[in-house]
Amino acid sequence: MVKNHFGKLLILLVAAAFLAAAAGPAMAADTIKLGVAGPHSGDLASYGIPTVKAAELVVKNINAKGGVLGKKVELIVEDDVCKPEVATNTATKLVGAGVNVVLGHICSGATKAALGIYKDSHIVVMSPSATNPALTQSGNYPNFFRTIASDDAQAKLEVEFALNVLKVKRIAVLHDKGDYGKGLAEFAKGFLEKDPRAKVVLYEGITPGAVDYSAVVQKIKRKKAEAVIFGGYHPEASKIVTQMRKKKMKAYFISDDGVKDDTFIKVAKKYAEGVYATGPKDVSKNPLTIKARAEHVKAYGSDPGAFFENAYAAALALLNAIEKAGSTDYDAIVKALRTEYVDTPLGKIKFDEKGDAIGVGFAMYQVRNGKYVEVK
Amino acid sequence: MDFEYFFELFLGGLTRGSIYALLALGYTMVYGIIQLINFAHGEIYMIGAFTALIVAGVLTLMGWNQVAILVIASIAAVVYSSAYGFTAEKIAYKPLRNAPRLSALISAIGVSLFLQNYVLLAQTSDFLPFPNLIPEFEFLKPVEHIVRSSEIVIYLTTAIVMVALTILIKFTRIGKAMRATAQDQQMAMLVGVDVDRVISVTFIIGSATAALGGVLIASHIGQINFYIGFIAGIKAFVAAVLGGIGSMPGAVLGSLVLGWTESFFTGYISSDYEDVFAFIFLVLILIFRPSGILGRKDTDKV
Repeated sequence: MVKNHFGKLLILLVAAAFLAAAAGPAMAADTIKLGVAGPHSGDLASYGIPTVKAAELVVKNINAKGGVLGKKVELIVEDDVCKPEVATNTATKLVGAGVNVVLGHICSGATKAALGIYKDSHIVVMSPSATNPALTQSGNYPNFFRTIASDDAQAKLEVEFALNVLKVKRIAVLHDKGDYGKGLAEFAKGFLEKDPRAKVVLYEGITPGAVDYSAVVQKIKRKKAEAVIFGGYHPEASKIVTQMRKKKMKAYFISDDGVKDDTFIKVAKKYAEGVYATGPKDVSKNPLTIKARAEHVKAYGSDPGAFFENAYAAALALLNAIEKAGSTDYDAIVKALRTEYVDTPLGKIKFDEKGDAIGVGFAMYQVRNGKYVEVK
Repeated sequence: MDFEYFFELFLGGLTRGSIYALLALGYTMVYGIIQLINFAHGEIYMIGAFTALIVAGVLTLMGWNQVAILVIASIAAVVYSSAYGFTAEKIAYKPLRNAPRLSALISAIGVSLFLQNYVLLAQTSDFLPFPNLIPEFEFLKPVEHIVRSSEIVIYLTTAIVMVALTILIKFTRIGKAMRATAQDQQMAMLVGVDVDRVISVTFIIGSATAALGGVLIASHIGQINFYIGFIAGIKAFVAAVLGGIGSMPGAVLGSLVLGWTESFFTGYISSDYEDVFAFIFLVLILIFRPSGILGRKDTDKV
């Protein structure tokens, strides 16, 4: 019965095909697997989705050019809803799926929870957005890299600028008692206290929205501060600066991204002149940024969301490191990340010993003639 | 002790206190007449500042001189704010005059939120720069680093407003009607006082002082947004309670005490707990003088 035999043969063939498919991943890799983890649903989804889209765009481009090490890149996307307790499961799933490198996680808490699992499995993780300083500085996670500046980067830049460029000694540190401002002021105070050249003459929180700050301004004057480092936002900053200048005080005023806002100049007007503020480096004129944003608009019909450039850069850096390393070996990838420069929307970057991207982050700006100008 | 530092803190506290006082007067007047804590008072002040900003902006474009702008912007702010105060009373408080006091209080909170959001939507949520409408006096040049002309103007305005209101209440016909209404509304009505009119006038006067405050404070600080009325309003309310709500000199004294407390505490101890200390002080005063520093003992009318 020819027909019967043919039927059996068919079943056999199909079964064989299934087996082959199932055995595929185990038999090492005809694809490079890039895991993407972050919140893709829930309240914080808007922080995670742009990273997935960035990864999709990068992978599409790279695959169109022949992939990495001659293999196609495959995306494996897992949702951690930004929760540490979910993130460990997400990490376990990604490790189980055999990812080579991971782009993520998005939130600092979730990243920290997941990192141990990747570390044990020797997988490199790169976050576009986790800014907690300890993630890199503690040295506990040699497998962790990031393409965003850590939370204390602004404070560090402010302190270094005050001590090295302005060469001041007596510094008053103020903050607005909020999470952002106080966090920053605490970092700044920490850096200043470690430096023998500086003296913190005043460290105080002010009440946001108060009708005036004349008492605090008097205090700055009395302590003979040569510079004020302020952590907070522009409404309070403009009140303080205005009152300082009206009292003929010449102390430098150095602040942060919350003040590097055109509203500050609009409100403080002539008193804003000469104020220093740190802000993210301007990458909008980088041709790669322009290209990446255009790709996003073409593919998804909208402008990209939060951390898109950082994620785009991270995906490029990870895949470039594998290509340069010549394998998916953990040590080789780490070495490539630390030594090989890669061209990204954030500029040409590589990573330092701790995992922070060199050349990414903040620059110092000064108000000159009613505009924030980068201080070179 | 460093006397100059003390003096500077004293002046800083005086400025703050005078700012609170311009608002506290309106609170205390309305409370005195109809026992209503008008939570929308801070918003009336904010609307005054916005009106002045818009008027001053237009006049500056037309090239008017500074003093004329200050006067016209202040008048516009006073008229506009008074209209809001008058309308708010007619719409939100009058229908509730015989309802339990809590209902009127909730209604006041409602008006406050409504006005805040109305300005937020009609104008902007951004901080806006407020022009310095108060001219710099030549004779103050030598002491400019200690006291500025805008501060002097604020002190003077507060003093004048306080004296004028006291005269109004003590010696004029409408003042007499006000006092009568405050003592016993029904009785006042029986002897022919037009209570509705008295209450409207009270709201108009209260709103007018708030608007003046709005113009002066905004040009002293140099920025406004839709939310400034809230914190200023709360502080002024506290000051009015501290001084004895319902009493004019009490409102001013309470405001000054609050301003000095904040200023000296910030100057000599720390600004971190400025509000905490101000409120501890309030609690202490209210423990020992439950009706405020200058408040009369008020036996409840049953």
